[in-house]
Amino acid sequence: MMSTQAGLSRRLFLIRSAQAGAGLTLGMSISGQLLAAGETGDFEPNAFVAIQADNTIVITIKHLEMGQGTFTGLATLIAEELDADWSQIKTVGAPANTKKYANLAMGLQLTGGSTAIANSYTQMREAGATAKAMLLAAAAERWKQPLSSLAVKSGKVIHTASGRQASFGELAAAAATQAMPKKITLKDPSEFVLIGKAKLSRKDSGKTDGTAIFTQDVQLPNMLTAVVAHPPLFGATLKSVDASQAKALPGVKAVVQIPSGVAVLAESFWQAKKGRDALKLQWTGGSERSSADIIADYKKLAEKPGLSAAKKGSVAPALASAKHVLEAEFEFPFLAHAAMEPMNCALQKTKSGVEMWYGCQGQSWDQQNVAKVFGIAPEQITINTLYAGGSFGRRATTLSDYPVELAEIVKAWGGPAPVKLVWTREDDTLSGYYRPMYVHKVTAALSASGELSAWQQRIVGQSIMGAGKSVDHTSVEGASNLPYAIPNLSVEAHNTQEAVPISWWRSVGSTHTAYAVETFIDELAHKAERDPVEFRLALLKDEPRYQGVLKLAANKAQWSKPLPEGHFRGVALHKSFGTYVAQVAEIAAQKDGRFKVVKVTCAVDCGVAVNPDVIAAQMEGGIGFGLSPLMFSEITLKDGKPEQRNFDAYKVLRMRHMPEVSVHIVPSAEAPTGVGEPGTPVIAPAVANALFAATGKRLRKLPAGGEYFTA
Amino acid sequence: MAINFTLNGKPAEVDVAPDTPLLWVLRDELKMTGTKFGCGIAQCGACTVHFNGNAMRSCSLPVQAVAGQSVTTIEGEHSPEAKALQTAWEELAVYQCGYCQSGQLMSAVKLLRDKPKPSDEDIDQFMSGNICRCSTYQRIRAGIKQAASSLATEVVA
Ligand code: FES
Ligand code: FES
Repeated sequence: MMSTQAGLSRRLFLIRSAQAGAGLTLGMSISGQLLAAGETGDFEPNAFVAIQADNTIVITIKHLEMGQGTFTGLATLIAEELDADWSQIKTVGAPANTKKYANLAMGLQLTGGSTAIANSYTQMREAGATAKAMLLAAAAERWKQPLSSLAVKSGKVIHTASGRQASFGELAAAAATQAMPKKITLKDPSEFVLIGKAKLSRKDSGKTDGTAIFTQDVQLPNMLTAVVAHPPLFGATLKSVDASQAKALPGVKAVVQIPSGVAVLAESFWQAKKGRDALKLQWTGGSERSSADIIADYKKLAEKPGLSAAKKGSVAPALASAKHVLEAEFEFPFLAHAAMEPMNCALQKTKSGVEMWYGCQGQSWDQQNVAKVFGIAPEQITINTLYAGGSFGRRATTLSDYPVELAEIVKAWGGPAPVKLVWTREDDTLSGYYRPMYVHKVTAALSASGELSAWQQRIVGQSIMGAGKSVDHTSVEGASNLPYAIPNLSVEAHNTQEAVPISWWRSVGSTHTAYAVETFIDELAHKAERDPVEFRLALLKDEPRYQGVLKLAANKAQWSKPLPEGHFRGVALHKSFGTYVAQVAEIAAQKDGRFKVVKVTCAVDCGVAVNPDVIAAQMEGGIGFGLSPLMFSEITLKDGKPEQRNFDAYKVLRMRHMPEVSVHIVPSAEAPTGVGEPGTPVIAPAVANALFAATGKRLRKLPAGGEYFTA
Repeated sequence: MAINFTLNGKPAEVDVAPDTPLLWVLRDELKMTGTKFGCGIAQCGACTVHFNGNAMRSCSLPVQAVAGQSVTTIEGEHSPEAKALQTAWEELAVYQCGYCQSGQLMSAVKLLRDKPKPSDEDIDQFMSGNICRCSTYQRIRAGIKQAASSLATEVVA
């Protein structure tokens, strides 16, 4: 038994059910799509379930759906404890309301860190279980039967002895008059019907016929489109603007100066873009540092001791007495998120404040930052969270860069009409908020008997969290918590300062730490003349879950079986966000001497597998996402300017590059952890280790580029 | 300038600058937002429509080139190929964020029309113009194959 911490309030249940007769009241509707659940009155916290008289169950999802499947995942948790029928479940995105819809892992309304399932696991199940208890109480009262004689199955309450039954919809009004249960019991995992089911249909609908509404698709009466000219260099400011030509163009309504540049407002996107292109602008200042300058400085720093992120034993004497000392330096470029939908946002001033529509990832931050622009309270900012066309971290920024840009535009303009800010692909790619550049220097020692006796790793780069003189765990995660048993270890960090705005990028620190660690471990295994899988397993004696995924991946990939001529394989292993992933990558030599990644065998341990098919999809997607920066993606600065602006130069994975991926899930009863990110960091080292097997060369600088792969 | 063309089988008329890309005419003038903007330079395929039966990137097609011609968008694509693909897409849970999928489906419809039994090489070749940043490629491939075989069974039956 457990007490209700996060169940539905009785009041919410009453209000929702009272509305059910007339259908759920919806906050706003665009093109018939539901945008927000019934946030019309004094709804209480934890407002997740609404059962309508027509037997539809509307589940409010507190996390942003950006492709990761959270509408399906969180709905599964509620439907499981409610014993609902999957077909009666509908989902809507939650409005901005930190009190009701906070991420319990963060205390903010924010989607990120692969936490959606983990932080909601108990909360959503309790919400479902509470609703079920009240439905049961209503049926017991109506039929004058003891609770113990009733059962719930597939959206119906059943009196077992008589076979009498009632749908949830029929009981909704009566359930609303029941007392909140003081105690609820959650199911034992052995009783799960929906959780762990191989395949449930997705609950983010409209994505195969063009009807799903993304920010880009928002249409409001008299809406204008804003396109912004941004500074050419990070940190530059506007010196002068001549907008006369732009203002003379058809459809252009206004040109306004804002802190981040100059915005052109017009009746349509194309008019606004032509207006933007007709602006005559002069800028001043800004950083002119090239990527080469940055790397050179970082390499110098890597020679010096840094802030201590992890320390064990004594590295220096171990290095001095070792049989072999190996050393490697790794270089990682800036990376753009390049979500399929470039950043965008729609905003309208209302009588009571401001209303916004977009794929909002950090409601709490955005409310605060936008409120500051208008000088109003955060609660006066209404946010309708729409589907996001991908994010990979880009849409969650503590400074709310693009929502604030739109707020500044609307404030500077002062007009009454709603405005949609549209970034072109170039605007999006040039906007910064990149995965930072990093240099790693790793030194390790093997004893005479081939044991890994010392490990020193220095990581140099910008701190995403702005850590200053302390260690930023997002710079070192994946290295500072190295699972391998090494007696002498030192992981150090140097935080650098650059003008380039930076951000978390799918799997954050692990994007680079996993690469350095897993390719170097592989190198050490070869130096010790040991099999890379066996070498790792020996260093993971007290890490059963690491061992579990590694063994499963090796086994499914038939690791010890010889490969056909011209095929090579590599392995890598990494835990991020609490989820363990091992991958075996198989590459095939092509006629032109380059390679193709043909097969990836992936094993994952994420605790209870809530939606196995979503887990598989996230591993497939994460692998594809991680292949791009291994093969070709990079942002390079030349005299301060990014050299890649669009997909012609910022190359990403396409159909012809996609390997065949098989995903194997380790059965587990541990609490579930996230899967949106952990598939990504493992693939690059796995492929790099396969490239070593093929070429005998170690890839120290990403991306591999045209020498190895055809774009 | 008034421009007339056939859109999803019906006459359409717009009055816009002739250099306006068809994509923005569809989205901003005709409020048909199923066709998506991803790059604007014919690199990603999110804006794919059928132009006189060919898969075309509408972001790079000035509307003046469309005058008197025929355009089909995801909203008007109800062919057996489209239905088979959409069914497969739901059954295999192909999409993730979904933003690229209108374009993927419009390309896949054309592929199946030209090659009812596409090989892996055909799929690689025809579908590599459509980027999916969520990397749903494996399921897109499977979806195309499933749709192809369901269409083949229909024909036989
Ligand atoms: S938007 Fe047309 S190809 Fe990308
Ligand atoms: S499903 Fe997200 S870009 Fe393809």
